[in-house]
Amino acid sequence: MEIVVCIKQVPDAFEVKIDPETKRIIREGVDSIINPYDNYAIEEAIRLKERFGGTVTAISMGPPQAERALRDAMAMGVDEAILLSDMAFAGSDTLATSYTLSDGIKKLGKFDVIVCGRETFDGSTGQVGPEIAHHLNISYITYVSKIHNISDGVMECSRLMEDHYEELKACLPVLITVVKEINQPRIPSLKGMLKAKKAQINTWKSENLEGDISCYGQDGSPTRVVDVWTEQMKKDGRVIEGETEKVTDVLFDELKKLGIV
Amino acid sequence: MAAIKINHEKCTLCKLCIDACPFGAIEIRDEKLFINENCNLCGICVKTCPEGALSKEESVVSFADISSYKGIWFFAENRDDKLCPVAFEMLNAALQLKRDIGEDVAGILIGNNVKKFASELTARGADKVYVIEDSMLEHFQEETYASAMAQLIVKHKPNIVISAATMIGRAFIPAVAAKIRTGLTADCTDIGIDPETKLLVQTRPTFGGNLMAKIICRNHRPQMATIRPKMFEESSDVNNGQPDIIIEEFDKSSLLNNIAILKKERMQNTVVIQEAEVIVSGGRGVNDPKNFEMIRELADLLGGAVGASRAAVDSGWIPYPHQVGQTGRTVKPKIYIACGISGSIQHLAGMQTSDYIIAINKDPDAPIFRVANLGIVGDIFEVIPVLIKKIKEARKC
Repeated sequence: MEIVVCIKQVPDAFEVKIDPETKRIIREGVDSIINPYDNYAIEEAIRLKERFGGTVTAISMGPPQAERALRDAMAMGVDEAILLSDMAFAGSDTLATSYTLSDGIKKLGKFDVIVCGRETFDGSTGQVGPEIAHHLNISYITYVSKIHNISDGVMECSRLMEDHYEELKACLPVLITVVKEINQPRIPSLKGMLKAKKAQINTWKSENLEGDISCYGQDGSPTRVVDVWTEQMKKDGRVIEGETEKVTDVLFDELKKLGIV
Repeated sequence: MAAIKINHEKCTLCKLCIDACPFGAIEIRDEKLFINENCNLCGICVKTCPEGALSKEESVVSFADISSYKGIWFFAENRDDKLCPVAFEMLNAALQLKRDIGEDVAGILIGNNVKKFASELTARGADKVYVIEDSMLEHFQEETYASAMAQLIVKHKPNIVISAATMIGRAFIPAVAAKIRTGLTADCTDIGIDPETKLLVQTRPTFGGNLMAKIICRNHRPQMATIRPKMFEESSDVNNGQPDIIIEEFDKSSLLNNIAILKKERMQNTVVIQEAEVIVSGGRGVNDPKNFEMIRELADLLGGAVGASRAAVDSGWIPYPHQVGQTGRTVKPKIYIACGISGSIQHLAGMQTSDYIIAINKDPDAPIFRVANLGIVGDIFEVIPVLIKKIKEARKC
């Protein structure tokens, strides 16, 4: 079985800090990591290989340094890794990103299951997975929380909706986006890390892909960011310190004023 | 190919653009400004440069005639044989756009036996309702819903299409946008019309909630967005006269039809924290699953629901449906009480529009205090038990 996992390198969002004076992001010392949701996708792809056989290929689009995220994925147990990196891909919105990734997946040839995280930590759109499925003309299932079985070209899985669980079956090939309930991602072994360090990561540029070049990058992106700013924190709030009794009195009076006690 | 151009003669190497770039894409190489592969063409540097040394070159893209696209559509989500409250929030958002561009507002009903909801939508301000009913649409599925929606868009050419950024909206709307080959902005916190261009201006948090971005879709139609629940009030009764209901047959010709639902099971004790008027949330400072009892007791006393930060959920102290924040639920209660929550950007993104925010935290520098109406610097294990006691005593009298 050919399994593809789509990943993205993102800044470690927990560490992103805003300079209170300039209202700008402090980049120094901010590390890049695999998008946290993609770790669940990588883990599930590897588990599918372990349960049902096959190979796992990780694919990512990003700047050259995104290679590190792919190596981290290989350290976990991914077999092959492809990086789509080209200035022509810059400024991609979700439509262009999904188009480019789907071209990369087409170039890989055969695929049975494509696994994506439910969203990225930086963009948080959750759109790229479903849009890849469209470009490949395959079905997709979002929010998958368990894969029960794959046999005779049919996957049985559960997914998590707002207020209920569903069990579904899907004919392969299929794309799924996974939620974190699906597994506990493994820590890479030392052996895995050594192997990943030496592994060959293929970089494909736009000319290596067969898609319509006008659909890549900013030219292929219907949306434009026209303004970006850091949100001014409100508020004319007050902060009080002091003895527990005293501050609790203030709190209690406030709740009384708000009419809930 | 679009690119940022540098006029090296004008550039004074003042480095303002380097500081301003959110992607770390500008550096100095060989004593010259250099744009590296991280560039996302966002154009912030162009605006920052005091010398006008930076410019953005856009290639001209041909596009279809967009002036024939008219109307403001919203997806009227329904579940369990009921219209969801978000349907009326989207209706209200659409009505606000109507004030600026004067185009008709139409609700989209997709499902089985959903025509009956049309009059509820027109009674609250919709000019039209498009309905696609089919037994295949009884249960939500990405492919069938996306096909139905795309079919309507292709036929009737709306200018704007919005949907709530619920799990259902976020699951199928991207496939609609891809089918139509148009832009889609996810999870907007606000939308409006630019007075000059009449384009839909879509505001959303990005970069993990650290930045706010305004996004437009200039050359493609419809302009599509999913909107975070609770950002708009529900629309009120207006009684719009005779409902104009248009029923369309579901076109199944392009369906792959590869997926079947075998079983649906309601979750036990579903927590719907989004609906609560009061939320008491616990974070890392709660320190132990047992201590959530204290949070729960306070919430019960105040007639509220229990929320949690990502840190508390990731530690396994409380299940995911309680999580408030960028990757959890967005809430907007009348009163939000944050207990032992430092207030990471990603938590703030999910609660900072609450009407009244109270924060209790040991650390006087905790970012949560910056969004709080009332901040209490104190130990939750001292303050909350005393508060609970006071409330109980007051109730006894």
